[in-house]
Amino acid sequence: MNWIRQKIDQIKEPFEPGNKLEKYRPAINALDTFLFVPDHTTKKGAHIRDAVDLKRTMITVVLALIPALLFGMWNTGYQHFTQLGENPGILEAFLHGAYKVVPMIVVSYAVGLGLEFAFAIMRGHEVNEGYLVTGLLIPMIMPVDIPLWMVALSVIFAVLIGKEAFGGTGMNILNPALTARAFAYFAYPTYMSGNKVWVSEASNIDSISGETILGSLSANNEITYSSAEMLTGVIPGSIAETSVLCIAAGALILVLSKVGDWRIILSGILGAAAMALLLNALPSFGVEGNGMTNFAWYNHLIVGGFAFGIVFMATDPVSAAQTLRGKWVYGALIGVIAIIIRTLNPAYPEGIMLSILLLNVFAPTIDHYVIEGNIKKRKKRLETKTVKTA
Amino acid sequence: MPIDIKIKKGLTLKLKGEAENSIEQAQKSKTVALRPSNFHSLVPKMVLKEGAKLNAGDEVFFSKYSDKTRVVSPVSGTLREIKRGAKRKILSVIIEADDEMSYKDFGIMDPLKSDSSEVKDRIFSTGLGVFLNQRPYNIPAEAEDTPKAIYISAYDTAPLSADYEFILKDKAEFFQNGINALTKLTGGKVYLGVDKQSASFLKDIENVELITISGPHPAGNVGTLIHETEPMNRGERVWTINPEDVAIIGEQFKTGKYNAERTVVVTGSAAKHRKYFKTIIGAEVSSILKDHDDNSRIISGNVLTGEKIEEDGYINYFSNTLTVIPEGNEYRMFGWIPFKDNDIHSASKTSLSWLFPNKKYEVNTNLNGEERALVVTGEMEEMMPLDIMPMQLIKACMAGDIEKMENLGIYEVVPEDFALVEYTNTSKIEAQSIIRNGLDIMITEVG
Repeated sequence: MNWIRQKIDQIKEPFEPGNKLEKYRPAINALDTFLFVPDHTTKKGAHIRDAVDLKRTMITVVLALIPALLFGMWNTGYQHFTQLGENPGILEAFLHGAYKVVPMIVVSYAVGLGLEFAFAIMRGHEVNEGYLVTGLLIPMIMPVDIPLWMVALSVIFAVLIGKEAFGGTGMNILNPALTARAFAYFAYPTYMSGNKVWVSEASNIDSISGETILGSLSANNEITYSSAEMLTGVIPGSIAETSVLCIAAGALILVLSKVGDWRIILSGILGAAAMALLLNALPSFGVEGNGMTNFAWYNHLIVGGFAFGIVFMATDPVSAAQTLRGKWVYGALIGVIAIIIRTLNPAYPEGIMLSILLLNVFAPTIDHYVIEGNIKKRKKRLETKTVKTA
Repeated sequence: MPIDIKIKKGLTLKLKGEAENSIEQAQKSKTVALRPSNFHSLVPKMVLKEGAKLNAGDEVFFSKYSDKTRVVSPVSGTLREIKRGAKRKILSVIIEADDEMSYKDFGIMDPLKSDSSEVKDRIFSTGLGVFLNQRPYNIPAEAEDTPKAIYISAYDTAPLSADYEFILKDKAEFFQNGINALTKLTGGKVYLGVDKQSASFLKDIENVELITISGPHPAGNVGTLIHETEPMNRGERVWTINPEDVAIIGEQFKTGKYNAERTVVVTGSAAKHRKYFKTIIGAEVSSILKDHDDNSRIISGNVLTGEKIEEDGYINYFSNTLTVIPEGNEYRMFGWIPFKDNDIHSASKTSLSWLFPNKKYEVNTNLNGEERALVVTGEMEEMMPLDIMPMQLIKACMAGDIEKMENLGIYEVVPEDFALVEYTNTSKIEAQSIIRNGLDIMITEVG
């Protein structure tokens, strides 16, 4: 191990302060710190530090994403072959999916990390690890057949406008991964919606029809999938959003490791369930409703991108509400609004993306009121004190 | 009935290198140092010149802005050197100690039978006033103020810190006398915090409002006691003082002599002889630290809030603890992988260390990562038992937003209240320095 260290120190030498490649130090540091936790020590204050750092936190999220990603790759292949009437083996299906998905991940990481490195060098700060998660999330929430250059363009938009324009990691208002998806959604709607994009090669092969469940519902078509299939995720959809079981495994990792806030996930599910229940009850109030509003509330929770969004997107700590109470409100509103957009807006059969982005914008406002509460308590204490002494 | 305080949020760190409960007279410190930096914001004006002879209790310097805040010599001897830094700022005053100690005689005074103005005047004129710290801001108390209460915490919950019960057991009488003197300084109460579990003599101390404390660190911080009993409001003043200093005050009133004895516990996994030593305020580190591992850090104070000092340096004016831990200046391969290196403690659940709550850890000074933007939320709140929004207050301090700092309760906190936040936060920000800077802004802008 020592000789590796020595070798690295040797390589790093031209990048040390005072040498000619000093400017590119953040880039080489980012690579080095992935091999070794640096020998930096505390200077004052607390002389000891916790073992956790941002790298560890972000890698935990990546770990949590792995089950859904692997399933998504398999499902991509499975949907493709079954729609063609073939019966693929597990490996065959997985390889087809990997063939489609891995290039998207590579493009997303290459473009995104390239930009991150460039900004770190330009601004002279270390490379933040946030993009490790964002870069994986972006392909996972895209339709499988989206061209790679669109992935690249969405990534550029998300990193430049969604994040760096606000000052970089920790400062962004919107979730970068969803910013990328929203960009693609509004810039290239034909590649991002409809009934020909959700199954691999659907647009090239006529016999394939890859309508999503929510798509069929909003078109008032019959759906042919059972709740069990929605739960396991053997249905068409964005690459990794379909399997609620795999997402639940990821959620478990996030909640147990305390990296993702359980308050947001729980309140989001409760909010969505409550809203869906209310809509389910419409007929008993004499309102007819439509296929979407009459879709059973529990199915609302396990279909589409809701589960993926509430577990992996809504819990992004930077764009979410930051106060403990604020998180409850934030999560619940995401759930409620996701279902409202789904059911009451015919243009968007899925609402979780817009719902989270909307609440991202309102999160600081929610926090503001929670913080005001704390401030008011303190002011009140001062007032009662002054009244007493006066 | 004592006031009972039970804290749930926080963290009790169990570290290797505890000291044994035995006490020993330290080797005589040939020189002592008085360092103005130990008294935050104090700008010293020297009374004596280099070469002057002095007795224990003779004034050495006073505060430029408040001449009743005086620092006196803990030993008798010769003022050997005034060390100065940039712009002739005084860094330390080195006094060479006599072989035989001679004391300045202040006369005997019974605080309970004296006027409060007499007691106050005596405390400040004889240099005992600097033992009192003022909240807000954590700066030396001003003789002109009358605090609404005085707080003493005799239960240090920080890792590897001194046991005040053990330190005070032979000084109970002086301690009581010191308390009696303190009651004359405030119109309100004198609070004394003690460990709820112990059945010590401290629970029988008179003229105090007793607080029994239980729960994880920072349960024993004075800040926690204040917050749970009489939280600070804008414009209020509270004084705090360390228990051993109360005994020094008590002894000075009783005997007329300023006996600046300081009991220091030497702890930490890199220290060899770990026990309590009786030495003197401002003593040389080498007088109590005989032997320690190479490549280690010497901290005057505990691992969370202490001051880094050198081997040939001097102990902090106030601290009863000297901790020595290994330096962590080494690389750790793939250390960022979750659930790897579980022998390093983590309050987060991305390490398996939480499965072993009773394990004792050997800690070093490695940062275990690099500083990053503030990303993770919710973790600071778990380390903050006070009704303070830690992340928002830290951000307000970073921005220097005076109104926001005030609204979010800057007056109620001092840096040590954020020590655990600093220890646990994922982004490795220096929370204590940030709070200190925030407080300094408040001192200059609001006063």
